[in-house]
Amino acid sequence: MKYLEEYRNPEIAHRLLDEIRDKVTRPWVIMEICGGQTHAILRNGIDELLPDTVTLVHGPGCPVCVTPLELIEKALTLASRPEVTFVSFGDMLRVPGVSRDLFKVKSEGGDVRIVYSPLDAIRIAKENPDRQVVFFAVGFETTAPNSAMLVAQAVREEITNLSLLVSHVLVPPAMTALLDSPQNRVQAYLAAGHVCTVMGWQQYESIVRDYHVPIVVTGFEPVDLLSGILSAIKQLESGQAKIENQYARMVTREGNLYAQRQIDDVFQICDRTWRGIGVIPRSGLKLRDKYATFDAEPRFGLTDLVIAEPADCISGIILQGLKKPNECPQFGNRCTPATPLGATMVSSEGACAAYYNYQRFRNLSEK
Amino acid sequence: MPDKPLAPEDFARCPLPISEHDTVQLGHGAGGRMMQNLISNLFRWAFDNDALNKMDDMAVVSLPGNKLAISTDSFVVDPIFFPGGNIGELAIYGTVNDVAMSGARPLYLTAGFIIEEGFPLADLRRVVESMRDAARTAGVSIITGDTKVVHKGKGDKIFINTTGIGVIEHPHTISGTNLQPGDRLILSGTIAEHGMAVLSQREGLQFDMPVLSDAAPLHGLVSRIIEAGGGSVHALRDATRGGVAAVLNEFAVSSKVGIRIQEKSIPVLPAVAGACGLLGLDPLYVANEGKLVAAVSADKAEEVLSAMRAHQMGKNAVIIGEVIAEQPAVVTMQTLLGSWRIVDIPLTEQLPRIC
Repeated sequence: MKYLEEYRNPEIAHRLLDEIRDKVTRPWVIMEICGGQTHAILRNGIDELLPDTVTLVHGPGCPVCVTPLELIEKALTLASRPEVTFVSFGDMLRVPGVSRDLFKVKSEGGDVRIVYSPLDAIRIAKENPDRQVVFFAVGFETTAPNSAMLVAQAVREEITNLSLLVSHVLVPPAMTALLDSPQNRVQAYLAAGHVCTVMGWQQYESIVRDYHVPIVVTGFEPVDLLSGILSAIKQLESGQAKIENQYARMVTREGNLYAQRQIDDVFQICDRTWRGIGVIPRSGLKLRDKYATFDAEPRFGLTDLVIAEPADCISGIILQGLKKPNECPQFGNRCTPATPLGATMVSSEGACAAYYNYQRFRNLSEK
Repeated sequence: MPDKPLAPEDFARCPLPISEHDTVQLGHGAGGRMMQNLISNLFRWAFDNDALNKMDDMAVVSLPGNKLAISTDSFVVDPIFFPGGNIGELAIYGTVNDVAMSGARPLYLTAGFIIEEGFPLADLRRVVESMRDAARTAGVSIITGDTKVVHKGKGDKIFINTTGIGVIEHPHTISGTNLQPGDRLILSGTIAEHGMAVLSQREGLQFDMPVLSDAAPLHGLVSRIIEAGGGSVHALRDATRGGVAAVLNEFAVSSKVGIRIQEKSIPVLPAVAGACGLLGLDPLYVANEGKLVAAVSADKAEEVLSAMRAHQMGKNAVIIGEVIAEQPAVVTMQTLLGSWRIVDIPLTEQLPRIC
């Protein structure tokens, strides 16, 4: 199993851990941006194996977690309409809106379909010409190309009963927003390998230059993450700040140019609200004017909603790496996967879910 | 109604219902001649046995011994045909295995069909023939049943309910409430194949190496386990929906014990591991239809393990962990790196992640 077993090899992992211990002379805070990496870290107990001086904080890279409550409510409204077939990735169905989630709408008779590829929405639209098919276009640069292809394909096939509820977000603006915050504690980033597979690592060059922060592009297996952490530590200890590409087996400087062209043809950059964090300028994608007919919001007359986040949920603080999930007083008490206060507790990439699922008894754990 | 079930060659030229209809009609469930013909020409033909052939509203059977194991299960899998199996054999093996997990010898099954109007009769025949073959393999007879046809759109092709009856011919208590600290947990083989086979078929996902369902009867393996372990076999459970993680959590909660397992011991085929990785699924939570977990006292564990490995269904059996008195109701796993994490029971089924 090339590219899998060798990156789970315990001996290599422990050699990397030894080297990290050798290099570290003082405390450092490193953020992994991606929720998938957060889960890999907690699932493998990597943070537990690191020296106490290395603190991993968890970033806002969970597309489910950062989709604003307004968009969730719009999704719930659309999915409830009798003429709409609402098409979504499975992750989004459990995300709580104000009083319900998409699973609840489905159980009430809403036509909600789970897909693995946005292009499935084309098939559904063709099979149901009398219905309005709405695709919930969420995710980072990893899923945006597929949403763009959906629009392009719909244009080619002259499909008119399809639209998108768009909530795509971009990683680099979130990274700079965190570094700009007076509360920032991030000293180095692990960049998400799959985002860089699409966009290349050149998009981080200006961040490194402007903020003098080391960025290491990393994959998702234990050896990937540990070698990324080691690279970041080496840079921090020597006062360097550069981009290193630990995920060279997948990532190039330029990335996937075809996918980038697809995104650029269909979407343009816009300001976007991140759930729990607020508006981050130029951090989102919206449909270009020439594809405005595919925008579900005007098509269904959805006006902007202003909805307060649950006051007891500190997911915004957690998504900015300012606190860890188990530092939240609600963690594991009022807030569990069955009774989530925020999306970070239900998403398969959410930091709170990672702590709850893998490590909530850590202080009890007998080793 | 024919005096005796038709032979396959009769079936092939049967005037009703096949020649008149290619699909299941509401009349096939209406209690009239169409239904009688369907039952006689398909179900009785396939499941042929004395108890069924009397065509009473019940089956009268003799059961050796006086301790019975009874289990019922409904099968609503989508798609109904998947790599390595179909809903029919699943309906047999699933219930046979549930009965067998008490250490019982499964003997009889009932079969209830809820069929959607318009369902192709050719597909129904495929399903029924595979049930017949699976029942033969498992050594059970399908002795009574029921057929309902629901309006188009009111069902999803076909649902099958099976109830199994088996006899317990040993004196031991085998139950999920019976785990003891010190017990070893033995897994009968590689995991997650059924769930990934169904998912790959449902979503049209192509993998380099095809992932086939592991659907299979486990009563023969159970028999070997009990022969080798006797009263030292404390619990048995097949790891179906929720996967091995769900079984371990059910054991830990029911017996109020802690469970520790080792990640490096869990066998996963490379193709399955790759498919799970691609979709962001943890194989520990993915369904199996031909794997079991046994809790066996430490002194007999190696003996039971050897007996399992000598059986086709357990040739890849491994000890994956142990039962502890501490941390009752919690399952923890030592990762490949040596750290520990919880193996929780999921709130609901796993959903592939967005990116």
